[in-house]
Amino acid sequence: MEEAKGAGSCGSHQCGHSGGGCGDKFLNPTPMLDELENGPWPSFVGGFKELAERTKKPMLRGVMDQLEYSYNTKMGYWKGGLVTVDGYGAGVITRYSMIKDKIPEASEFHTMRIQPAPGLHYNTEMLRELCDIWEEYGSGIITLHGQTGDIMLQGIEQDKVQECFDRLNEKGWDLGGAGAGMRTAVSCAGPARCEQACYDNLELHLHALRHFVSQLHRPEWNYKIKFKFSACPNDCTNAIMRSDLAVIGTWKDAIQVEEPAVKEWIEKNGVDALVNQVINLCPTRAISLENGGMKIESRDCVRCMHCLNVMPKALSPGKERGISLLMGGKNTLKVGVNMGSLIIPFMKMETEEDREAFMELVEEIIDWWDDNGLDHERIGESIERVGLKQFLEGVGIDVDINQVARPRDNPYFKAKY
Amino acid sequence: MSSPERTWKTIESGPHTYQEALHPVVRKNYGKWKYHEIPRPGVLKHVAESGDAIYTVRAGTPRQDTVDMVRRLCEIADRFSDGHLRFTVRNNVEFLTPNPDNVEPMIKELESMGFPVGGAGNCVSSVSHTQGWLHCDIPATDASGVVKSMMDTLYHEFKHMEMPNKVRLSTSCCSINCGGQADIAVVVKHTRPPRINHEHLSMVCELPKAVARCPVAAIRPTVVDGKRSLMVDEAKCICCGACFGACPAMEINHPEHSKFAIWVGGKNSNARSKPSTMSIVAHNLPNNPPRWPEVTDAVGRILTAYKAGGRPWERVGEWINRIGWKRFFEETGLTFDEDMIDSYRHARTTFNQSAHVRF
Repeated sequence: MEEAKGAGSCGSHQCGHSGGGCGDKFLNPTPMLDELENGPWPSFVGGFKELAERTKKPMLRGVMDQLEYSYNTKMGYWKGGLVTVDGYGAGVITRYSMIKDKIPEASEFHTMRIQPAPGLHYNTEMLRELCDIWEEYGSGIITLHGQTGDIMLQGIEQDKVQECFDRLNEKGWDLGGAGAGMRTAVSCAGPARCEQACYDNLELHLHALRHFVSQLHRPEWNYKIKFKFSACPNDCTNAIMRSDLAVIGTWKDAIQVEEPAVKEWIEKNGVDALVNQVINLCPTRAISLENGGMKIESRDCVRCMHCLNVMPKALSPGKERGISLLMGGKNTLKVGVNMGSLIIPFMKMETEEDREAFMELVEEIIDWWDDNGLDHERIGESIERVGLKQFLEGVGIDVDINQVARPRDNPYFKAKY
Repeated sequence: MSSPERTWKTIESGPHTYQEALHPVVRKNYGKWKYHEIPRPGVLKHVAESGDAIYTVRAGTPRQDTVDMVRRLCEIADRFSDGHLRFTVRNNVEFLTPNPDNVEPMIKELESMGFPVGGAGNCVSSVSHTQGWLHCDIPATDASGVVKSMMDTLYHEFKHMEMPNKVRLSTSCCSINCGGQADIAVVVKHTRPPRINHEHLSMVCELPKAVARCPVAAIRPTVVDGKRSLMVDEAKCICCGACFGACPAMEINHPEHSKFAIWVGGKNSNARSKPSTMSIVAHNLPNNPPRWPEVTDAVGRILTAYKAGGRPWERVGEWINRIGWKRFFEETGLTFDEDMIDSYRHARTTFNQSAHVRF
């Protein structure tokens, strides 16, 4: 790589770790990054600079210099390695600089993945404890949150990782997942603040991730596996596309209708809106106009959530609530986008026994994948390669018409005879 | 990292517990919420069966935060929401208060600190995105910078509910697309096969692993200068970058040839149409730090056309399904080209298997 114009006339190799910076500034010039301080949206560059000028941590000056260098050369300069804490095989993402000869101050900049509470709920005491420990041992940069759902504490040196972890662990924080094992999960706000929640996803999230805590810290499967818990089919956690095990809330009986609120909605919005925005947009034409009001044919409803979203005061999910389990969601590499598909249409999820039955099922599923999956193969890819029928047989799940969009369109199979 | 003087014994506790994180009014009405409304952009009002109400004020954050910024958010929470806050999966912060009189002062305070209030209902929400040059080991760009540039131009759309339905955005620094499927996604697309660093390869890679990683069997063993190495069949290579993850000597990133593509129509919600994956509508856009103007321009064109033409509740993909791809390209000024015809697995499912034609 050619020498970049980068770190400016006052580069870190000249004045970086002297502690003096350039002139009376602690930081070296970063003209490219400075462009990202303009404009109305909150700027991460402004935040980093403020933190660096206050704490005077050389690591922050180094990482700003390296980022500025990347903006000039249009290349990244981090490589992985192996850093963990006692007894764990995952959770710290190792980053060594490939240009430490140029910019030595950020030669190590590891990330600690921390599992937040389900639903990303916090109180200020929890967050302040986290910030205080992180400022003492690390850079003070935090991502809230990583795409898998972790709190990402970014920028720590190897010799401080264990002590930092111990201090965090004393306060109830534990590392998140990495590598070929169970990963940190994500939940939506759930029953804490949503009238559409069809099960207690926060409780199931806590229960499931504790159940697999050993496999999260010591990865030993073919590849990663992710849970996401969405409490209704609006799927605010994007479970269907970005989790191997998408646990999505649903209900079995009829939508609950509060007639006075329906009337109030129609009076306010008009019959045109009822027809154009509710009835016509029902994907299965389950709703019809009747005497100026709406009538829902429950047998035709697929629980898509649209009418409930438009009329939250008038319509609610039914009373018989539970979960659907969809499996196999992942992004493009390498087979193309794989959307999760329905495996278990409905399971109750109210009691401790319900949660235990669910965990037994997931154990069976993962055992099957452990036996049948290939190296670096997500469970959805294994199911596609081996066959959905074979997967269902292997795990002992009943065949259900809801598992397919339609029956097969070719005759190429060996029938029982 | 065993340290002999260590006294603390690890508790493998998994996720942090959540009960103490919930506002007392939330705890009281847990699972017993009745309905919600959006009284103004960025504010939700949830009403419980008990009659209790809780107000949520939602604000955008840079996602790449600092302890200073988090402490400032804590100060807001202590002053206005009894010390409770939460985050959304799109990096917004939310403050929950039962006191309606706290809402306006809280908005004022957040905005004066530079946190825009919005992101709820029919608007553009914050962007879910990846680590980029700040911290990833395989990135071709810096998602944080792209997102900051994009959200500067979409600031008004974050703070106002003027879209037909919610718009979710994502940005990813390589084709793995950790940013995820979205209504509009900005994703790096490599345009050249990897250059092979033969000098490093035998030291940093397990050769069979790199060969096995290729989805189109384009990587083969070979010998270079008497050393075992790999070669790429460039005619077969689809420039996915999968080999780079297994073997950093397969150098896929390139300052000029790693470009951007824009994708539209991803939707995970089951509302109305079934969940859908994204389609590519622009590519070969330059990786142009620090402001990526070509990317923000393309995203802006799509949003302008959708805002003008979408009907109430139509997501971007549903709007396109109604007006058709032909009109989508006409109205956005983007150009359909032969590379946008799928040539990978299940390609025929994207062909027009009908006589439905748009003129």
